[in-house]
Amino acid sequence: MAAPIVEVNEVWKAFDDKPVLRGISLSLERGITLAVMGGSGSGKTVLLRTIDGLIAPDAGEVWLLGTRIDGLREEQLLPVRRRAGYVFQYAALFDSMTVFENVAFPLREHRRLSEGEITDRVHHFLRLVGLSDIDEVLPGQLSGGMRKRVGIARALVVEPEVVFFDEPTAGLDPTNARLVAELINELKKGVCDTSIVVTHDIELADGVADRMAILYQGRFAEVGTPAEIHRSSNRVVRDFLAGELREG
Amino acid sequence: MTALVEGTTRYLRDSLIWYGGLGLLAIQVVRNLALPPHYFALVARQIDIIGVRSTAVALTAALFTGMVLALQTAVNMARFGAEGYVGPVVALSILRELGPVLTAILVGGKVASGITAELGSMKVTEQIDALRALGVNYIKRLIVPRLMAALLVFPLVTVLADFVGLVGGMVVSVFDRDVDPYLYWNTIAYWVVIRDFLTGLFKSIVFGFLVTLIGCYNGLVTEGGTEGLGRATTDTVVEVAMAVIISDFFLTKLLIILFW
Repeated sequence: MAAPIVEVNEVWKAFDDKPVLRGISLSLERGITLAVMGGSGSGKTVLLRTIDGLIAPDAGEVWLLGTRIDGLREEQLLPVRRRAGYVFQYAALFDSMTVFENVAFPLREHRRLSEGEITDRVHHFLRLVGLSDIDEVLPGQLSGGMRKRVGIARALVVEPEVVFFDEPTAGLDPTNARLVAELINELKKGVCDTSIVVTHDIELADGVADRMAILYQGRFAEVGTPAEIHRSSNRVVRDFLAGELREG
Repeated sequence: MTALVEGTTRYLRDSLIWYGGLGLLAIQVVRNLALPPHYFALVARQIDIIGVRSTAVALTAALFTGMVLALQTAVNMARFGAEGYVGPVVALSILRELGPVLTAILVGGKVASGITAELGSMKVTEQIDALRALGVNYIKRLIVPRLMAALLVFPLVTVLADFVGLVGGMVVSVFDRDVDPYLYWNTIAYWVVIRDFLTGLFKSIVFGFLVTLIGCYNGLVTEGGTEGLGRATTDTVVEVAMAVIISDFFLTKLLIILFW
């Protein structure tokens, strides 16, 4: 049996003595889209950042793409991160670079490609996320939805083995949110079939996830298929689905 | 009383974290220096930003410092009939102290606050995390080119500032105090040794490293959105000036022990 793409064992993380993750564990197999859901402040983003090595856990093990990454130094983490894509909640585009330069950036950093190949590849991925003719536009001139799609193109352009989406529909209007959900589903069929989607958007999770996990007070209250989650009798899950779950 | 103790403890703890963080960043920079890739284009760009765009400020300050120094020295030395020695006094003050220190404070304050604003803005908008997530060594890409450029630019600007300061001193000595220009330069050549110039140059290298490191560190630890960014930038200006003035004393003492 192949090793999981992501494995988290008993991970703890606190900020200023306030625990955020309390001994959380998860495993993500290849070909699976896992939606991690929970209320604001439940630790979803902290978990995602810990999995990508952007935050070091206080205790526990984190394995990403077969490498144990907790305890690695920044420069040792880089080769592993290059095999994973990360889409930030607010896109985190480089604001002094144009859209084209943003998407081309990882290729120029890590791949030895000709300018022609880079151009072809950037245009291919911009088209994939439904954008064209915006090469020279600066991120500040884009709408929230477009910025998010450029962020997705930048994460995907190196064809990562796993993609992490941090609140991909947050702040988007319903049309853009639906477009992003369709895009994630589209990616599963081609570019990258394994992902973790952190969201509080139940509709998005229902639309893209093979498995769902409900995060509450730094631990998973329940993990299962979307159908299992919707059938769950767990009070936390029921409260979350009803929009009545409060953290703390 | 309790508030005073708590305040002092917090201040000491924050100071310890700041100095520790600065030291760790310096270690990270050294560790990453030899690692590929080498961003030579970024170093060249930083040389332009740090050096070319700051030279006018440094040279204007140096010119007027040289002039005021000559004016003060000449007026007071005239009391002892030693007006002819204005040149060496101005030269020693500028080469050993004022050239490197003023350049570091003026250029350093401008450069370091700019670096803090740029890196701090990248930090609060998650652009540094984006670099990390894309597998880019942010120390190598953001910090190392700025430090390399500073290590090259600060001594060069200091040499220019030294020269302009001496010329400023000469202008005042000659036109305001009627000192013979040959006497001005001859006394400088007689009393000033290469060591005076080199110690000033050494200081400028240390200052360049220090102020750039402070600018980078404050940018990287910026928190609290735009308000935090403003605070970090202001802190940098103050900390750069303090760092230059305080380290200047210890450097001077060290250099005197070693070379005098």
